[in-house]
Amino acid sequence: MTSTVPQGIEDLAAGVRAGDRRALSRALSWIEDETHQGRALLDRLYSPSPTAHRVGITGPPGSGKSTLTCELTRAIRSHEGTVGVLAVDPTSPFTGGAILGDRIRMQALAQDPGVFIRSMATRGSLGGLATTTYGASEAMEAAGCDWILIETVGVGQSEMDVVEAVDTTIVVLVPESGDSVQAMKAGLLEAGDLFVINKFDREGGDRIEKEILLMIELERDRRASKNEWQPRIFRTIATRGEGIEALRGGIEEHRAFLWRDPESWSARQDLRVAQRLRTLLRDRILHALWASGRWDPWIAECGRRVREGAASPYALVDDLVARLMAGKGTEG
Amino acid sequence: MNEDKIRILVAKPGLDGHDRGAKVIATAFRDAGFEVVYTGLHQTPEMIVEAAIQEDVDIVSLSILSGAHMTLFARVLELLRGRRAGDIHVIGGGIIPEEDAAKLRAMGVGAIFGPGTPTTEPIEYIRKWHAATRQAGSD
Repeated sequence: MTSTVPQGIEDLAAGVRAGDRRALSRALSWIEDETHQGRALLDRLYSPSPTAHRVGITGPPGSGKSTLTCELTRAIRSHEGTVGVLAVDPTSPFTGGAILGDRIRMQALAQDPGVFIRSMATRGSLGGLATTTYGASEAMEAAGCDWILIETVGVGQSEMDVVEAVDTTIVVLVPESGDSVQAMKAGLLEAGDLFVINKFDREGGDRIEKEILLMIELERDRRASKNEWQPRIFRTIATRGEGIEALRGGIEEHRAFLWRDPESWSARQDLRVAQRLRTLLRDRILHALWASGRWDPWIAECGRRVREGAASPYALVDDLVARLMAGKGTEG
Repeated sequence: MNEDKIRILVAKPGLDGHDRGAKVIATAFRDAGFEVVYTGLHQTPEMIVEAAIQEDVDIVSLSILSGAHMTLFARVLELLRGRRAGDIHVIGGGIIPEEDAAKLRAMGVGAIFGPGTPTTEPIEYIRKWHAATRQAGSD
């Protein structure tokens, strides 16, 4: 074959670091496939001091996230720095397939050598989405991306995890999102550093802006007392590029806030590393132990006992976990 | 290996604005369990090849109804080889006369599927191609 993608881990890592686009692309596939090779590669690419600023862009379907991501990327490119875009779309739970269509709205970036766009399907049933997207962002960072924009549909826990792993979270809403704001109050809205009301030329923009403002106001004193960032609201019409430069400025401000003094930056990094270890460990335990099928005999055996009325599932699981915690196996 | 998903770029190069066929095939590919990167209308060969590289796809599937298939396929193949990505397999569909299809195959296009081909045919072809190349250890 005429492939010249490096096959070995060291060569691929070197290719990524040198900014070879094919090497980065293959690296992202390894990471996405959650292979042993992919993890070994990330180990080589890991940097103790992050250089890229990660921005999560989330919001309900149809809120214009892809167009906004495209315009924001253009705005960043007109200043300085290179941009990596990770666009996440859902995998069909029925077929395992996916249509990744975010590029349709990112045509303006197609030929920019300072932009690398990668579409990712949510895939995993075991909730490792945050691990793979963060790993992918680390590969992009190693390849020299200064900014990494991660676009995802903000529903479900695994996508919330993605949002929590970034530096700046943008929640994109549209004037019609009024009712969903009510429903989202507990989750997504708390995660937003910047709120965007996109398609602001449509009816209802003022109303939703007031709702979000109210929500921010309710938290203002608490945040102020803890010296936390106060979320901001931006109005955009992404299809016309309106409000994008202001939004870019908002991201810069938030970044400056995160870096405001060494102590808070360091404290934030402590939290991030702890969170990262927790997520990785959880995913690896699930993958290594669960996906290996080694519980299947236990499930078969206990299933029989439950069906016979000999024990409840609760007691069986409690018993197993207690034995595992004591360092014993599934036997006996 | 945890997963080895087949990734395909479905692209619509050239000036004709008929993307129904491309959308039908993209949906069929998804339903076959493939990950389909769909880039929309009016793609230049340069855009297609850049997207194929960034997305690390196994296959590029072009849908061409404009009559410009000879030029467009040739250009995509040339650019892929120029970017050291000649291992990305190119297939296509659309209104393409059989004698042109033969020439395209000779050029390196894997397969051409004409109008009215059941979607199962390209899916079967892709699965076989993928299994054969993976066995050859090229991946």
